[in-house]
Amino acid sequence: MAGIVVVGAGQAGAALVAKLRALGHDGPLTLIGAEPVPPYQRPPLSKAYLLGEMDMERLFLRPESYYTEQGITLITDAAVTALDPARRQIRMGDQTLDYEQLALTTGAIPRRLPAAMGGDLAGVHTVRTLADVDRMAPEFVAGRRMVVIGGGYIGLEAAAVGAKRGLAVTVIEAAPRILQRVAAAETSDYMRQLHAGQGVTLLEGTPLERLEGRDGRDIAAHLADGRVIAADFVVCGIGITPDDALAQAAGLTIDNGIATNAQGRTSDPHVWAAGDCASFPWRGEQMRLESVQNAIDQAECVAANMLGADQPYDPVPWFWSDQYDMKLQIAGLGTGHDRVIVRESGSARSHWYFGGGTFLAVDAMNDPRAFMLGKRLLTQRRSPDPARLADPAVDLKDLLR
Amino acid sequence: MARITYVEFNGTEHVVDVANGMTVMEGARDNGIPGIEADCGGACACSTCHVYVDSAWVEKLPARDAMEEDMLDFAYEPDAERSRLTCQIKVSDDLDGLKVFMPEKQI
Ligand SMILES: Cc1cc2nc3c(=O)[nH]c(=O)nc-3n(C[C@H](O)[C@H](O)[C@H](O)COP(=O)(O)OP(=O)(O)OC[C@H]3O[C@@H](n4cnc5c(N)ncnc54)[C@H](O)[C@@H]3O)c2cc1C
Ligand code: FES
Repeated sequence: MAGIVVVGAGQAGAALVAKLRALGHDGPLTLIGAEPVPPYQRPPLSKAYLLGEMDMERLFLRPESYYTEQGITLITDAAVTALDPARRQIRMGDQTLDYEQLALTTGAIPRRLPAAMGGDLAGVHTVRTLADVDRMAPEFVAGRRMVVIGGGYIGLEAAAVGAKRGLAVTVIEAAPRILQRVAAAETSDYMRQLHAGQGVTLLEGTPLERLEGRDGRDIAAHLADGRVIAADFVVCGIGITPDDALAQAAGLTIDNGIATNAQGRTSDPHVWAAGDCASFPWRGEQMRLESVQNAIDQAECVAANMLGADQPYDPVPWFWSDQYDMKLQIAGLGTGHDRVIVRESGSARSHWYFGGGTFLAVDAMNDPRAFMLGKRLLTQRRSPDPARLADPAVDLKDLLR
Repeated sequence: MARITYVEFNGTEHVVDVANGMTVMEGARDNGIPGIEADCGGACACSTCHVYVDSAWVEKLPARDAMEEDMLDFAYEPDAERSRLTCQIKVSDDLDGLKVFMPEKQI
């Protein structure tokens, strides 16, 4: 029983096997995941699930019965330990499995603070898996002190949950501003105000020097500027690295994750990759996206190509983040922008990124219409007129005409 | 619990029982019914769980909130009365007999 084997049972792996079946592939299909649960969605882990507003079963992307009904062999709690492209074989411990075609959807690994900085102290958490969050959730008790290292989306979402639950929350960001890597200053400013209004202390441009644990638990966060912040627990949101260990050990080309061509094929013709672990050619570089959109769209593209479609992956990236009652929705990628147009009407606000006159991306805050319009314009490769955009009297729909 | 009929764009009908507290989107997802993609998993962030509700049900469902309204405004061929995002409709006994129709495509 060779057939198609998919390694990594997360958002991309689940989308890939479902698409293969939807496209009519009826050969043997195996999905292998290291975690003890069927594929699930991660976004609620730092939102509704952490708040205690969502049961675990509702995280699952499909009920377990789906895989059985579709003739998909789902193997959970099993890490693939080696890949042998020459033999077209993978290994799980001392067990081997042959494949005709293989897809790597292994995701990413959260960055940890080095042990020398206190990264392995009790009470220091990362936020990637269900197990991580189940371990961390009992810490969220009103009145306790929480320090978040890293003002990216995951750190800010965790901070929002903490504040909502009545904790004393401090966010420590090394860069001059939160969200520096992913958003314009206008969006950072908006988020800073949002969190400050909820009582969160944001310290920007203040690198962490080290964490010190007293009695194993009482944690002191020493900042580079000499300040010391006391915490009962710490949440690290300092980014992720693509999980390319298997591919690297197998000699596949690595370039910002597992390098694929436009079709999602790696340097080995029988091995494909998609999701957080994979990079693809985009505007002259090997681009890697960390989002649900990318996991689904790239996986579905790879599924089609495994069946011979030969279609390139050309995404319109989108993303969202929920903090308090504010919904941020992003369409496009703002990198390389030289101008930001702010549009405001009532509680709806949107930031439109332009580069050399071309519309690149929109950050929409409590403004789903701006997000939907921006996404459509990007799909059609059109740039709205900045002056009309900035005028709240102009209806967004008119910008489509 | 509610018995819900999902009608694919090609006319194929799926009749399933969905537990209270779930959403109409989750009812489709958990029963492998094609046509509702639900990329964002129910966060009201993607609009790929759009359906047209049977006319008889339009008035009986809880009204759309502003967020759903705005997302639908830019969905694929929305209908002013009948369009809904299924992830925003919670199932209860009152929804027994609900019938929804899938659009030709989601985006
Ligand atoms: C807390 C949190 C909140 C997020 N919020 C948002 C959001 O609001 N919006 C958004 O768009 N994105 C969000 N994301 C990002 C999004 O969840 C990821 O981009 C997406 O999950 C990537 O899918 P993937 O399949 O590539 O990786 P994953 O979903 O991580 O799946 C990879 C799986 O592969 C398994 N694996 C790895 N190596 C092996 C091996 N050798 N053998 C077997 N199994 C293996 C891993 O255990 C894992 O289960 C969030 C992520 C997190 C962690
Ligand atoms: S599932 Fe994304 S909006 Fe309903």
